[in-house]
Amino acid sequence: MSVVTVQLGQCGNQIGPELFSTVYEDSTGAGRKTYQESSRERFFWETSDGVLVARSVLVDMEPKVISQAVAKASKSGKWRYGEKAHFCQKQGSGNNWANGYCVHGPRHKESVEDLVRREVERCDRLAGIFAMMSVAGGTGSGVGTFVTQCLRDMYPQAFILNHLTWPYGTGEVIVQNYNSVLTLSRLYQLSDALVVHENDTVHKICSRLMNIKHISIGDINKVIAHQLGSVLQPAYTGDSPSNYSRNPIGELLSSLVCHPEYKLLSLCNIPQMSHTSLAYSAYTWPGLLKHLRQMLIANARMEEGAFKDPALYVPWLPPDGTFSLWNSPVPFNGYEKSASLVSNSQSLLKPLDNMVRKAWNMFVSRAYMHQYTKFGISEDDFLDSFTTLEQIISSYSHL
Amino acid sequence: RTQSLIRFGQCGNQVGCRFWDLALREHAHVNKKGIYDEALSSFFQNAVLVDMEEGVLSEVLQGPLRQLFSTTQLISDVSGSGNNWAVGHHSYGSVYREQIVDQVRRAAEQCDCLQCFFIIHSMGGGTGSGLGTRVLKLLEDEFPEVCRLVTAVYPSAEDDVITSPYNSVLAMRELTEHADCVLPIENQSLVDIVSKIQHMAHTGKPGSVIKKDSTIISGQGGVAKTEKPFDAMNNIVANLLLNITSSARFEGSLNMDLNEIAMNLVPFPRLHYLVSSLTPLYTLADVNIPTRRLDQMFTDAFSKDHQLMRADPKHNLYLACALMLRGNVQLSDLRRNIERLRPTLSFVQWNTEGWKTGLCSVPPVGHTHSLLALANNTCVKPSFMELRERFVRLYRKKAHLHHYLGVDGMDVSGFSEALSSLTGLIDQYSQLDSTNTAPSQDPPRLNIAC
Repeated sequence: MSVVTVQLGQCGNQIGPELFSTVYEDSTGAGRKTYQESSRERFFWETSDGVLVARSVLVDMEPKVISQAVAKASKSGKWRYGEKAHFCQKQGSGNNWANGYCVHGPRHKESVEDLVRREVERCDRLAGIFAMMSVAGGTGSGVGTFVTQCLRDMYPQAFILNHLTWPYGTGEVIVQNYNSVLTLSRLYQLSDALVVHENDTVHKICSRLMNIKHISIGDINKVIAHQLGSVLQPAYTGDSPSNYSRNPIGELLSSLVCHPEYKLLSLCNIPQMSHTSLAYSAYTWPGLLKHLRQMLIANARMEEGAFKDPALYVPWLPPDGTFSLWNSPVPFNGYEKSASLVSNSQSLLKPLDNMVRKAWNMFVSRAYMHQYTKFGISEDDFLDSFTTLEQIISSYSHL
Repeated sequence: RTQSLIRFGQCGNQVGCRFWDLALREHAHVNKKGIYDEALSSFFQNAVLVDMEEGVLSEVLQGPLRQLFSTTQLISDVSGSGNNWAVGHHSYGSVYREQIVDQVRRAAEQCDCLQCFFIIHSMGGGTGSGLGTRVLKLLEDEFPEVCRLVTAVYPSAEDDVITSPYNSVLAMRELTEHADCVLPIENQSLVDIVSKIQHMAHTGKPGSVIKKDSTIISGQGGVAKTEKPFDAMNNIVANLLLNITSSARFEGSLNMDLNEIAMNLVPFPRLHYLVSSLTPLYTLADVNIPTRRLDQMFTDAFSKDHQLMRADPKHNLYLACALMLRGNVQLSDLRRNIERLRPTLSFVQWNTEGWKTGLCSVPPVGHTHSLLALANNTCVKPSFMELRERFVRLYRKKAHLHHYLGVDGMDVSGFSEALSSLTGLIDQYSQLDSTNTAPSQDPPRLNIAC
């Protein structure tokens, strides 16, 4: 069962190669044949010469990042991107969602669809489509939303998972909140689930847990790739307890997205530490799981089997629908033991609310409106997006 | 992805020459094999040089950079514009209109993808200011989707051209209406910066010796061998352009291109005047740069001594701010400094965290890192008010007006409209300033039926 990844914009095309490297290294170091086969099948296909090629489509409106991604992969000698698997333009989207969504998206729809179709047809069985993008800029967010829409039209039955990187609260792009609002409101209807990483949170992991003194974007991306890899690599699941799951994305979605109003997923993974400390640590499962639960709700009382506590979950879900355990006998990415928690909870509520509040403040003064209206996004479109998001915020608040 | 550089008049062409020279130096530093790499070659093909008298352009044609340009890229006349905006705008504007558009179109066709027009000229003269702004309008008509970024050099109060206030205000109206982004530079600021550096270089304290030669103001290592007066000042402006275009020319982990600058820094169409500051302006002799120095660079970027205009953004209101960091600087350095400086600055209520950031891995020659800050800030208001004052002082007495009104196409309404355009702009800034004093509360959110 294979996953087709679509890397969109600078962010998507920077995290994507890290993800492929992570899963490649992890499957290589495993020493377990079935794990390796399953992982390879999921993310790569093999040429007649035995070269591993990522099942990925790279899309960007300017060429530099894609060239770097492709070059880096080739240089590794371990895997590479498909020669014709990328699409790029020259002028960029200028951090303008409307430019991405209304101009670039439609203009290049056919080319991008062709590339995705080719990857999908190459898979024996499609586990799902994994689209990676940021919400702050213009291409990942605008073109990414448009492409997601096309994918939904092309493959109405397929599982579509969007990975979203949320920017630092103190600003990377001034219009980031506008771009985010426009993206999230539409993706919510199109996507099956939105897996979110916030730069602020990942930055803290790098500084506090991993003790990195000078944090670079590469560091941030490696942490994100590590967390994603820990969830997307083969595992034994509830539905498939003795073989690696053949339907990982489907199962992920059915355990986590029980109601279409609630699609925001966050990830945490432990342990996360610097490589130097790795050699000196030993963990037990109860310890790890206790820690994870602590991370899920601060100040909770800790017990064994802590995740089965009904107090954690909404009352309107049947008890066995709330928690699923997946495991894998194979250590992940250098950690002897590790555990990841994917949750659909209120943990993203505050960041989402902040994002909407700031976007609304800006909207009330009509700042930057002319930049969006000139490409075809009107004030009414903004209002619709705000309405959708306030609805989502309300739903999560009432949990 | 390319930009087209159009230089008008003496100032524009002199600055432009410094730009080419320094750009060559920068790319030579990075690309040891040859000085004419792909990224840079696109810049050179796409330059149009315009001047209405021969002096400066013929220097270009005879100078060390002459092989980079073909004569078709240069458009010139003989007698100049006599420091008269009307002559530049209306007379030469009509005569050379087609030739200029043709040349620009030809340059544009050479580009895979034309992203931006870079226009450089002074405001106080006749050609740069008059013809330059005429062409700005033409570019808007012929290439409406291509961003127009203007680097405009404003005269100082003691400028020797008496009519420079007229020329500047007439040009400003065009810039407000037809440019996407303007980077105003004031000659006086450049003079102050240069003299301060030279002073420091001569009276260096032990342990903090300033390297005289690898400063931002020196063109040493470039193609032109001798330095001329104004070179130091022009070098600063050229460095500004190098920094703005660095993301387009070199790789980095967080690219920031010109369209993104125009998008993020212009919240309302007419308020597109961006104050720029560059640090460091000099290289210290000691190469080890501890973190403290890095943080000092950020602090300097916000000090009024480093602005290329007589303006103090720190004590006025920010609408938006962009930071372009070059060199071996990490994301965490950027984030740490933003968090540190943020509480010391005033941002408009609807953009309290309005930062646009970029990281480019290649630093300027002679430095390990550098920072460019672009601010959309109400601190431009005093300069504009002063300019209006100087204009009004002349206009009230109708001084020298006949030189302008005698030109075909120019009439009194041109003056009055230009004045009210400037007044309107100043008012917009005042209105924003007044919002800063009122206590800010978030506007009520959208109410939805649950």
